[in-house]
Amino acid sequence: MKTENNNHQYDVIVIGGGITGAGTARDCAMRGLKVLLVERHDISTGATGRNHGLLHSGARYAVTDHESATECIKENMTLRKIARHCVEETDGLFITLPEDDLNFQSLFVEKCIEAGIQAEVIDPELAKTMEPAVNPELIGAVKVPDASVDPFRLTMANVLDAQLHGAKTLVSHEVIDVLVEQNRVVGVKLRNHHNGEEFNAYAQVTINAAGIWGTLIAQMAGVKINMFPAKGSLLIFGHRVNNMVINRCRKPANADILVPDDAVCVIGTTSDRVPIEACDDMRVTPEEVEVLLSEGMKLAPSLGNTRILRAYAGVRPLIASDDDPSGRSISRGIVTLDHEKRDGLAGFITITGGKMMTYRLMAEEVTNLACEKLGVNKPCITASTPLPGSEPQQESKKYSFANKASHGRHGTLDSKISTGDAASDALVCECEGVSVGEVKYAIDELHVHNLVNLRRRTRVGMGTCQGELCACRTAGVMCDSDDSAQRAINDLAGFLNERWKGMQPVAWGDNLAEAQLTATIYQGLLGVDQLTTERRADYYEI
Amino acid sequence: MTTSTQTQNMSANNFEQCLKCSICTVYCPVSAVTPLYPGPKQAGPDGERYRLKNKDFFNEALKMCLNCKRCEVACPSGVNIGDIIQAARIKYSTHRPSLRDMMLANTDFVGTMASPFASIANPVLKLKPVKAVLHGVMAIDKHRTFPDYTNRKFESWFKKEAAAHQAHYEKQVSYFHGCYVNYNYPQLGKDFVKVMNAVGYGVNLLEKEKCCGVALIANGMPKQARRQGEVNMASMRKAIAQGHQVLTTSSTCTFTMRDEYAHLLGIDNHDVRDSITLATRFLFQLLESGEIKLAFKNDFHKRVAYHSACHMERMGWVPYSTRLLRMIPGIDFVMLESQCCGISGTYGFKKENYERSQAIGKGLFDQIKELTPDCVATDCETCKWQIEMSTGVTVENPISIIAQALDVEETRRLNNA
Repeated sequence: MKTENNNHQYDVIVIGGGITGAGTARDCAMRGLKVLLVERHDISTGATGRNHGLLHSGARYAVTDHESATECIKENMTLRKIARHCVEETDGLFITLPEDDLNFQSLFVEKCIEAGIQAEVIDPELAKTMEPAVNPELIGAVKVPDASVDPFRLTMANVLDAQLHGAKTLVSHEVIDVLVEQNRVVGVKLRNHHNGEEFNAYAQVTINAAGIWGTLIAQMAGVKINMFPAKGSLLIFGHRVNNMVINRCRKPANADILVPDDAVCVIGTTSDRVPIEACDDMRVTPEEVEVLLSEGMKLAPSLGNTRILRAYAGVRPLIASDDDPSGRSISRGIVTLDHEKRDGLAGFITITGGKMMTYRLMAEEVTNLACEKLGVNKPCITASTPLPGSEPQQESKKYSFANKASHGRHGTLDSKISTGDAASDALVCECEGVSVGEVKYAIDELHVHNLVNLRRRTRVGMGTCQGELCACRTAGVMCDSDDSAQRAINDLAGFLNERWKGMQPVAWGDNLAEAQLTATIYQGLLGVDQLTTERRADYYEI
Repeated sequence: MTTSTQTQNMSANNFEQCLKCSICTVYCPVSAVTPLYPGPKQAGPDGERYRLKNKDFFNEALKMCLNCKRCEVACPSGVNIGDIIQAARIKYSTHRPSLRDMMLANTDFVGTMASPFASIANPVLKLKPVKAVLHGVMAIDKHRTFPDYTNRKFESWFKKEAAAHQAHYEKQVSYFHGCYVNYNYPQLGKDFVKVMNAVGYGVNLLEKEKCCGVALIANGMPKQARRQGEVNMASMRKAIAQGHQVLTTSSTCTFTMRDEYAHLLGIDNHDVRDSITLATRFLFQLLESGEIKLAFKNDFHKRVAYHSACHMERMGWVPYSTRLLRMIPGIDFVMLESQCCGISGTYGFKKENYERSQAIGKGLFDQIKELTPDCVATDCETCKWQIEMSTGVTVENPISIIAQALDVEETRRLNNA
């Protein structure tokens, strides 16, 4: 890192490169503030990258939490407009099965309408034609405006827009201390994970948007936030069995949402309390896999014989209400903590709770507060300004698989991807249609430092083969722009290891065969395990 | 534990069983000659995942697929790659068949129309100005010549010359002759009857026979193909009920009716499939079990090079035809390296495919020209047109070669026929 970045004065430092932090950085930058966004790992590594990818209509919360439901439907309609390229307008079904109480349906619809959600009772037979994968034994169906959203794209688009408005982004920069002077947070101490360098950054306001890890940031500032990490596990299937979101029409429970995301579908979730120390390395247990699969099959029976690609888990940043430190009453709503009022610590705000769906609203709330503290009086325009990639565009004719796939991923920004020559159009990832041109664009402009970063930007390695064919090709392209073969080899080994971590809990059938072929190629044929200098104990436990 | 709920992974045409090993692409004859074709892996299982998300991911480049099925032969995981591609074309292609495609696809109709005027149609179709018009207006490549139409259809010959004495034989089979035997080359049908009668089998035509539909499928007319397929299945059921096997002399018709009916057209043929077999396979199996015997002329000599038609490879039936041919003492047998000849039915007739078609077959043509055999043997009629046009060497069906080499009297005696 060049030294000119050090000791810089910002209006606002935003801690956390998840969707909340990215959205906050965007909003602050669009209001003319000088912003630094810091993230210890990569954009969307925490809960943001580990959820369903569901653009809730709010229907799920309609019966139990009117406020959340209202927020959801409002943001749902907003995101369809401003994040067009991240959203797929699939619609959703809430189905009632013979074992469920059909009476719940009328209450559900009534509450949806109350919250402003267009819920429409439809004939189960019609539901079967609309979504052929749905359990044919359903006795009731309600259509709602659910949709599918790509959290990686959405977060990246917010980061890009923040940057277009002057914000600075530092990934792989961990906050190792919060600088406090006379009851005021004046900045943070950062460690650059690439080179180990440590330096301070100063700002008038520091916003803690670190999700579940926000509790640790608060600790550094000397204040206490009661967080209750709730682990949610999900399974990814090899292809879409459904093209509409399928939910159970009952009180929220385990594994009752099946979302079509890109070329796959995702069933989830479970919900279990976990200690904060466990949040950095989530593992999905066999029991969770069993629950997800057996409950998922009730939504769409064909899941029972569809290849499962991966299992993964995220942590919801649930927060206990301040007036109830025991944590019994937990809110899923947005929580903005002005530590000046709450703890007498000026220049420090925590934004937490909420959910990905309401990130923009969270950002608006916290930015309003920051502006108030800074004496800036500018309106929020994030709800009406399209994100980069989602600007209105003339219908363009895209021909190749890779052109179409990358347009889906980057929207109008795909114009920055070089194409038309054999070298750029060559595919590195055949499952997801990622070209050399797209990889280079991501390396140049989207904060990509390793293969896992690249996966989050482009879907490299997220397809059926889970890195089998694309990993070495991509490592080659990365090496071209980085010039360190050893680093590329270590990166390659790390990436394969990360892929195997998600495959391991569901390693049977074709998925296991795929993993064994991958191991044969990389271990047996290429000897990557012999070449890496950062060998980890759990590397290739096949 | 979880395996109790998930015992088997299944997907349409096994597309998700693909382990991405890419062997199919190595064996794809189209990928070998053009970078414009995405290759079977991408056009098949990879593309299918995205087409399930959005039909806009369908790519008209899939038309370049020959449907040779060599990808399926190569696949170690049992993925029906060719079927995935054909099914996608049927489901997603927005291009309606042109007049040219309809003409090429309706072998039945065109044959019926042309046969009565064969003496006029055959020379006319060879005239340069006519070819130029076909090339320019119809986009049928000028290098191609339509196979001659016969002025006497096989069915007419059979009814008049052969039908009457078939009942004398103790054992009976039914014969699906196909369009080529009926309208273009009745001699193959006659050869078939000659061989079957010699080994003691009477031959019956099906109550109703329609074109198998392979060209209709390839040209985007699945509905008509399905109607014709149902007619064939109904006729075959009746023949099977009488205890007949249904024999054929075309590998492509056989493959279409056995496998593509169920996979691509949704025709339920499970009760018929196993009774449809190629004549060479039928004969070989009877010879192996000792039920029939063959005797050959002493003065028959021929240097024969065998070409493995793609659909023969897919069925795994090449050894039946080749081992049968090798039983003929006077045959100097050469096995050609197995590769696609490039014609793939009506594919090679289309102007836009001509060059690619010839590039695909080039290795095969070179091999044949180098070997200079008396004839090439193959079980597919469209391979015959392609190889004859591209090498000048005569191509014959193994059944015709057997008929030529057969000592009919001695064979009859051996089989008490």
